[in-house]
Amino acid sequence: MIPDLGKYAGTVLSAYGVSLVLIVALVLVSVWRARRVRAALDEVERRRKSA
Amino acid sequence: MSLWEYANPVRFIRVTDRVLPVVAASALGCLVVGLVWGFFFTPDDYRQGSTVKIIYLHVPAALMAINAWLMMLVASLIWVVRRHHVSALAARAAAPVGATMTVIALATGAIWGQPMWGTWWAWDPRLTSFLILFLFYLGYMALWEAIENDDSAADLTSILCLVGSVFALLSRYAVNFWNQGLHQGASLSLDKEENVADVFYMPLLVCIAGFVLLFVALVFLRTQTEIRARRMRAILARERMA
Amino acid sequence: MRALLWRDLALAVRAGGGFGLGLAFFLIVTVLVPFGVGPETARLSAIAPGILWIGALLACLLSLDRIFALDFEDGTLDLLATAPLPLEGIVAVKALAHWITTGLPLVAAAPALGIFLSLPGPGYPWLFLSLLIGTPALSVIGTFGAALTVGLKRGGLLLSLLVLPLYVPTLIFGAEAARRGAAGLPVETPLLLLAGVSAGALALLPFAAAAVLRVSLR
Repeated sequence: MIPDLGKYAGTVLSAYGVSLVLIVALVLVSVWRARRVRAALDEVERRRKSA
Repeated sequence: MSLWEYANPVRFIRVTDRVLPVVAASALGCLVVGLVWGFFFTPDDYRQGSTVKIIYLHVPAALMAINAWLMMLVASLIWVVRRHHVSALAARAAAPVGATMTVIALATGAIWGQPMWGTWWAWDPRLTSFLILFLFYLGYMALWEAIENDDSAADLTSILCLVGSVFALLSRYAVNFWNQGLHQGASLSLDKEENVADVFYMPLLVCIAGFVLLFVALVFLRTQTEIRARRMRAILARERMA
Repeated sequence: MRALLWRDLALAVRAGGGFGLGLAFFLIVTVLVPFGVGPETARLSAIAPGILWIGALLACLLSLDRIFALDFEDGTLDLLATAPLPLEGIVAVKALAHWITTGLPLVAAAPALGIFLSLPGPGYPWLFLSLLIGTPALSVIGTFGAALTVGLKRGGLLLSLLVLPLYVPTLIFGAEAARRGAAGLPVETPLLLLAGVSAGALALLPFAAAAVLRVSLR
């Protein structure tokens, strides 16, 4: 299935690897922080309402 | 109904909450289609061999690295002129995304340059100005982190963004003057002669669309996070006062 | 305004440290370079203009945080901001004082340090001239950076991170002028561009720095 990349296989694959890792890491960090902040804010709001 | 209504944080969150899944899904779709198309179904270039496939990551990342800074510049101007908080926070949210794009462009460029130019790095004008752009991103993000008061931070960083834009542009031309380049001309331009060949063009466009959508999705998400984080800080500060 | 300039100059001279420290740093950097790259005359003279420019730039950077820090701490800056003088003028005077106490000695010392690095003969006047034209830009850009970080606790490192990218155009044109001068090539173009950068920075950055200071003092 993988096309014949010739002698540059390592080059192409590492470029794709580095980029995808960076993009996925950025997305994961953003989503993770969004979740955490959202949960924390909900917590604070609930406490304020009950108080 | 005007654009400025979206400057209301609550409204911004409500609208982006609805839009975000669509944008994120289409970003993922474009990226998968574009990259798979580019990786599996395009021929090798007769000179570059299979390394031409790196273009589907390198060019969109480089485009977004510059456009993210432009977006920050516009958002900073809106903050300075009309003082919409969402705008300042959107600029803050875009900076790490732009910095990551700069790293991707530099890294893929270096990996491509190793077999093609015979060197990982050359002090070529385009490469050098991207490195300088990365330094500007670092400084901008560091300044945001360093200032405690949110409004002062927004003011100072937006002025830094304005001044930095002028100096980044100046550096671009200074670097041009300083060294001749190895880098090829624009991959995409209105001038047909300069353009990349058609087989590479369509998947490249899809990839660019994917990167743009990814950027938009990430900025929406991160801006929401910044708005919530700031609201939380405000509530906590009020509780401490009471 | 003149009173403010005299006050800043007097403070810089009397407080001791600020005045000589930049020069001493410049000297040490220049002396360290041959240890790093080897004592061959040919190699040293090839890199001499660039090293001297970078040394001057770093020495300039070293004293930036003092432009506003002391005045901010003891409240003088608040007084100055409410004074009838426009804040832009105050910023410009501060930058001028910094240039006189730091930039000018560096310019004067650079040719002497050129001897250590065996700078080629025709390079001396051009090194001197390019530094003379370029250091005001370094001072005024640095003043903007100092204004950005004035109220911050760990401002020093951040200041370098913010200011150094802004120094790139000045460094490129200045070092290029000095290098071409040392090689006996025509230097008009980089010198003119350097002068353009300096003039633009001098004209515009005091406004940006004043705007930043207003925010910090709010």
